[in-house]
Amino acid sequence: MKEGNSTVASLDAEHELHTEDPSGIDQVGETPGGPRRMVLNMGPQHPSTHGVLRILLELDGETIIRARPDIGFLHTGIEKQCEALRYQQVIPLTDRVDYLANLSNNLCYSLAVERMLGLEIPPMAQWMRVMLVELTRIASHLVWLGTHALDIGAMSVYFYCFREREEILKVFEMFSGQRMMTSYIRIGGLALEPPRGWHKAVANLTVRLAKAINEYEGLLSANPIWMQRTKGVGFLDLDIMIDIGVTGPMLRAAGLKVDARKDCPYSSYEKFDFDIPTRTGNDVYSRYEVRIEEMRQSVRIVKQTLDGMPSGDWQADAPGILLPDREKMKTQMESLIYHFKIVTEGFRVPAGSVYQVIESPRGELGYYVVSDGTANPHRVFMRTPSFANLQSCGAMLEGIPIADSIAALGSMDFILGDVDR
Amino acid sequence: MLPEVVEQNPTAVAIHQQFPEAIKKAEIATGELQLTVAAEQIVPLCRFLKESAGFNRLSGITGVDWWPQAPRFEVVYFLHSLQNNARLRLVVRLAENEEIDSVFHVWRSANWYEREVFDLFGIPFRNHPSLDRIMMPVDWVGHPLRKDYPTHGHKYSYRDEE
Repeated sequence: MKEGNSTVASLDAEHELHTEDPSGIDQVGETPGGPRRMVLNMGPQHPSTHGVLRILLELDGETIIRARPDIGFLHTGIEKQCEALRYQQVIPLTDRVDYLANLSNNLCYSLAVERMLGLEIPPMAQWMRVMLVELTRIASHLVWLGTHALDIGAMSVYFYCFREREEILKVFEMFSGQRMMTSYIRIGGLALEPPRGWHKAVANLTVRLAKAINEYEGLLSANPIWMQRTKGVGFLDLDIMIDIGVTGPMLRAAGLKVDARKDCPYSSYEKFDFDIPTRTGNDVYSRYEVRIEEMRQSVRIVKQTLDGMPSGDWQADAPGILLPDREKMKTQMESLIYHFKIVTEGFRVPAGSVYQVIESPRGELGYYVVSDGTANPHRVFMRTPSFANLQSCGAMLEGIPIADSIAALGSMDFILGDVDR
Repeated sequence: MLPEVVEQNPTAVAIHQQFPEAIKKAEIATGELQLTVAAEQIVPLCRFLKESAGFNRLSGITGVDWWPQAPRFEVVYFLHSLQNNARLRLVVRLAENEEIDSVFHVWRSANWYEREVFDLFGIPFRNHPSLDRIMMPVDWVGHPLRKDYPTHGHKYSYRDEE
């Protein structure tokens, strides 16, 4: 397999990272960069790249001179597949794009299509969505914290984080029958009526999470080894990060208070009282602090949804779009006809386009949905945060030792499903 | 002249004053300002938007294939202004094999997004630092997101090929 002239996306002009042998270690010795340089392949199978990511590292001893990420190993053509399905059928695909924050993707897509349809979602469904998406944020940050600490060497944190995440997944299973790929947030509201006993389960969960987050902080925040390995590591100038398109906790850890939940509120987020944590360190330690604090704020939001959950419908009133109640479908002719039409033909969305932005645990998640008036989307573009965040990899990894690169990569919190779709 | 619905928007007015020939169509598409602009003007226009109108972030770039309509492709730019908390969409309509200038030198985030549009649609970007395929393997033939490319690919299995 021949590879053309590949170039590194680094800070200034482009250099050439000569990769005629893309399969492994290149010539040691006479590489174009000089006699001491070695090109090493990190990935695509690697425990610390958090997915199938390949990074070509040109090394001088232990120091990375240049880094070039190579993505596309998890590309499954989700966007192409969306064009062949009906609008509601796309929801399970969106679950699998960012497979650790499923409900965030569901929500973004549903909001986009609901905007095009002009659907009004009842307050109970909106609050329920907020609660579930915040629980998803906590679950995603728990995986991040566990795997990040594991990479750096603090292995026991992984078990603590997954212990709490297990409780969150049990709650998801209670709601939708599925632990991860819930597809619970659908166009028009929720997939099913919230189950009996959900309030008590989520209330117990918030108590447990509040204690657990203090526990994680106790393990890491003042730990001298953790501080030595993460403070000052992974620095990238804020202006460069903005120019490269980075969003999310990485910007907040550099002092910029930007969060789509506050800047362009959706799904009644404006009714909730929460803070956007920022730090100024702009290193791995600050990103860790920001995410811990974000977990706390998410617990705060979940508590508010528990206290003030409005009663009412869990689905919008849209008979031509949402499937009717099963009993009604069996007894009323009108409902039967609606059911038949929706299942066989699907509902049509008026021609147009929409770009809906939400704050996923990784940053700005946007869905650009283009409709041509038929029952299948014409184009669904997923502006995923990890794709842009990973672009900064080349700039961030220059000049740092390999051990620091693991910490820096972990702090980006990218997910390859998000990157490659 | 800008349509009435857009006349109030300061960004659209500013662009119209600076680049009077560039805007081909202006509309509010589902709550967001969307301007269809001419392909030749894209780099100066983007530079103006970044430096004077405060759009310091490029959220993403994507393509849309309207085959069999002609011109078949649309390239959509999603701009974001952090200080004004404003968003803007630019749309450029391109024919097959028509090239467009890369906006990499305006926002560096265009790098991978333009590579992706090139890979999946086949739209070439001039002056891009490294226009390689990014999602598909480097020796892939064809551009998968085009409408005349079948959803499940041309072959049943790619497993046993050389």
